[in-house]
Amino acid sequence: MAGTRAGSSLVRDAAGVAAIAAIGAAGYWLFPDNLALLTRVIAVALLALSLDLVVGYCGVATLGHATLFGAGAYAAGMACLRGVTEPMTLVLIGAAAGAAAGLVMGAVMLRAHGLAQLVLSIAIVQLAHEAANKASAFTGGSDGLAGFSPSPLFGTFAFDLWGRTAYLFGLALLVGVFVVLKFVVASPFGMLCRGIKEDPVRIRAMGAFVFPVLLKMFVISGAVAGTGGALAALSTQVVGLDSVSFELSANALVMLVLGGLGSLYGALVGTVVFMGFEHTVSAVNPFHWMTMVGALLIAVVLVAPGGLGGLAGRLRAAVRGAGGGRGRP
Amino acid sequence: MQTVFSIAIDAFAYGMALFIICIGLSLTMGLMRVVNLAHGAFAMIAGYIASYAQRELGAGYAAALLLAILGTVAVSIPLERFLYRRIYGSPQLTQVLMTIGITFCVIGITNFFFGPTLKTIALPASLSTPVDLGFRAVAGHRLFVMACGLVVAAGLWFLIERTAFGIRLRATVDNAGMADALGVRTQAVYAVSFAIAMGLAALGGVVGAEFLPIEPYYALRYMVTFLVVVSVGGAGSIPGALLACLVLGAIDTTGRYLMPDFGNFFFYAAVIAIVCVFPRGFLGRAQ
Repeated sequence: MAGTRAGSSLVRDAAGVAAIAAIGAAGYWLFPDNLALLTRVIAVALLALSLDLVVGYCGVATLGHATLFGAGAYAAGMACLRGVTEPMTLVLIGAAAGAAAGLVMGAVMLRAHGLAQLVLSIAIVQLAHEAANKASAFTGGSDGLAGFSPSPLFGTFAFDLWGRTAYLFGLALLVGVFVVLKFVVASPFGMLCRGIKEDPVRIRAMGAFVFPVLLKMFVISGAVAGTGGALAALSTQVVGLDSVSFELSANALVMLVLGGLGSLYGALVGTVVFMGFEHTVSAVNPFHWMTMVGALLIAVVLVAPGGLGGLAGRLRAAVRGAGGGRGRP
Repeated sequence: MQTVFSIAIDAFAYGMALFIICIGLSLTMGLMRVVNLAHGAFAMIAGYIASYAQRELGAGYAAALLLAILGTVAVSIPLERFLYRRIYGSPQLTQVLMTIGITFCVIGITNFFFGPTLKTIALPASLSTPVDLGFRAVAGHRLFVMACGLVVAAGLWFLIERTAFGIRLRATVDNAGMADALGVRTQAVYAVSFAIAMGLAALGGVVGAEFLPIEPYYALRYMVTFLVVVSVGGAGSIPGALLACLVLGAIDTTGRYLMPDFGNFFFYAAVIAIVCVFPRGFLGRAQ
C-alpha cells in the first residue's frame, strides 16, 4: 500500500515537473518579444521557492530574503568582472554565496521569535543594502555592477540580444532546482521541518535539535535564492541595489502568500500571477499600479486566506464533494 | 561642545517626533496584537490633509493640524470596521499582507487626489523663529515637538493606567472572552483604541513633518523605521517606546552628523545588536 502511494506521488510529481517545463516552453513560443521579462519571472520564482522553504515549511517569517538573492547576484557579477565567465560556474558561485549568506542570516535570525525575528530580518536586509551601497569599490555603489559579459553556455550557446539562451538556461535551472527541492521537501529532513513548524516544543521533546535543522534549511534556501540572483545577473548583465532591497523581499513574500504557503507549486503560481499582474497594470501609471496591487492583496486576505492554492484546493474539494456522491459506486 | 549640544537637541526632537508617531503603532501591536504596517499611511494621510488645508483652504497651522487629525480618524473608522476587524487574531503573515495592501491603496489614492509632489506644511511665525533659552537659541519648532511628545506620553500613561477606559482596554487585551462576558463591549474598546492610535499617527505625521517630510512614498519609506522602533521598545509599553525612540533617535542623528556617508548603517546595526540582546524589546512583556 505504502509502495503504491509513494509510486503515485512520484507520478504526480513527474507530471508537475513536466507541466512546468511545458508551460515554460509555451511562454517561449507565445511571448518571443518578452523573454527578458520571463527570465526575470524565473529568477524571482527561484527567490519565491527559496522563501517558501523557510516560511512555508519551517514557519520562520522573514521580510529580508532578498539579502540571499542579492548575495548571489553580486557574487556572480563580481566573479564575472574578475574573469570567471563560464555561466554554469557563475551560477554555482552565486548559489555558494547565497548559501553562505543564508548561514549568517539564519544564525542571527533564528535566535529571536515572532515580531523580533521579523524585525531582525528587516534590519539584516537594510544593512546589506547599505553595505552594498557603501562598498562601491566592489559593488559599484548606487550605479551597480555593469559591463560584464558571460561567455557562451557550455562553450556553444552565446547569450543573445533577445534573451533566448538566458531564458532556456533559466528554465532548465528552475526545473532542476524544483526537482531537487521536491526530494528535499519529501525527505525525513523536510518532514522534520514541517514538524517544527507545527509544534517546535513537541519536536524538541522528541529529542531533535531545532536550531541546526532550521539553519540547514536556511542554507539550502540561500543556495536556491543565490541561484536566482546569479540567473538575474547573467541574463540582464547588470546587478543593482534593488536586488538586495526590502521591496523585493516584501514582494516575494506577497507572491508566496498569494500562491499559497507550504507548496512549491504555490510559490511558482504566485510569482507568475503577481508579476504578470504588475507588468500589465504598471504600464498605466505607478500610483494606479499601487492601488490595484493593494486591492489585490486585500482581496486575497478577505476571499482566499490560504492563497490561490488554498482557493483551488477548496474549489476542488467542493467539486469532489458535490460530484463524489453520484460518481462513486 | 557646540556640536554635542546641537546633536543632543536634534536627537531629542527627532526621537520625540518618532515617539508621537510610533506610540500609536505600539498600542495596536502590543495591546490589540495587530501588526499594522499601514500605520505610516495614516500619518501620511494627515500630512496631505494638513498641507491641503493650508494651501487650498487658507487654514492656519493649528486649524490644519486639528483638521488633519479629525480627517484621519474619520478615514480610519470605516477601515477598522470593515477591514481590520477581520484580521484581529489572525496569523502575523495575514496581517502583514492585508496592511501592506492597505498601504499601497492609500499611497495610490492620496497621490491620485493630491498629486505626486512633496508636500510642505508651513510653520507659523511663532514656531519658525528661534527661542532664546538664555545660553543658546533653539528652533521653536523643536521645542514644540518635544513638548507634544511629553504631553502625549503623560496623557497616554494616564489614560491606560488610571481611567476606566484603560482598565477595560487592559482587560480586553488580557482575556477578550472573559472581558466580554463581564460586560465590556470589546469591539467598541478596540474601535476606540484604534481611533486613538490613528489620531496619534496623524498628530505625529503633521508635527514631525520637519523631520520626516510628507512625500508620495512616505508610508513605505518609513514603515520599516516605525516597525523597528516599536519592536526595539517592546510593543505595548509606553516607557519602552519612549526609551527606544530616544536611543534610536540619538544613534541615527549622531551617525548622520558625524558620518553622513553611512546613512542608515548605524541605525540598523544598533537594531540588530539590541534585538539580539533584548528579544522582546527594552521593556516588552512576555506574550
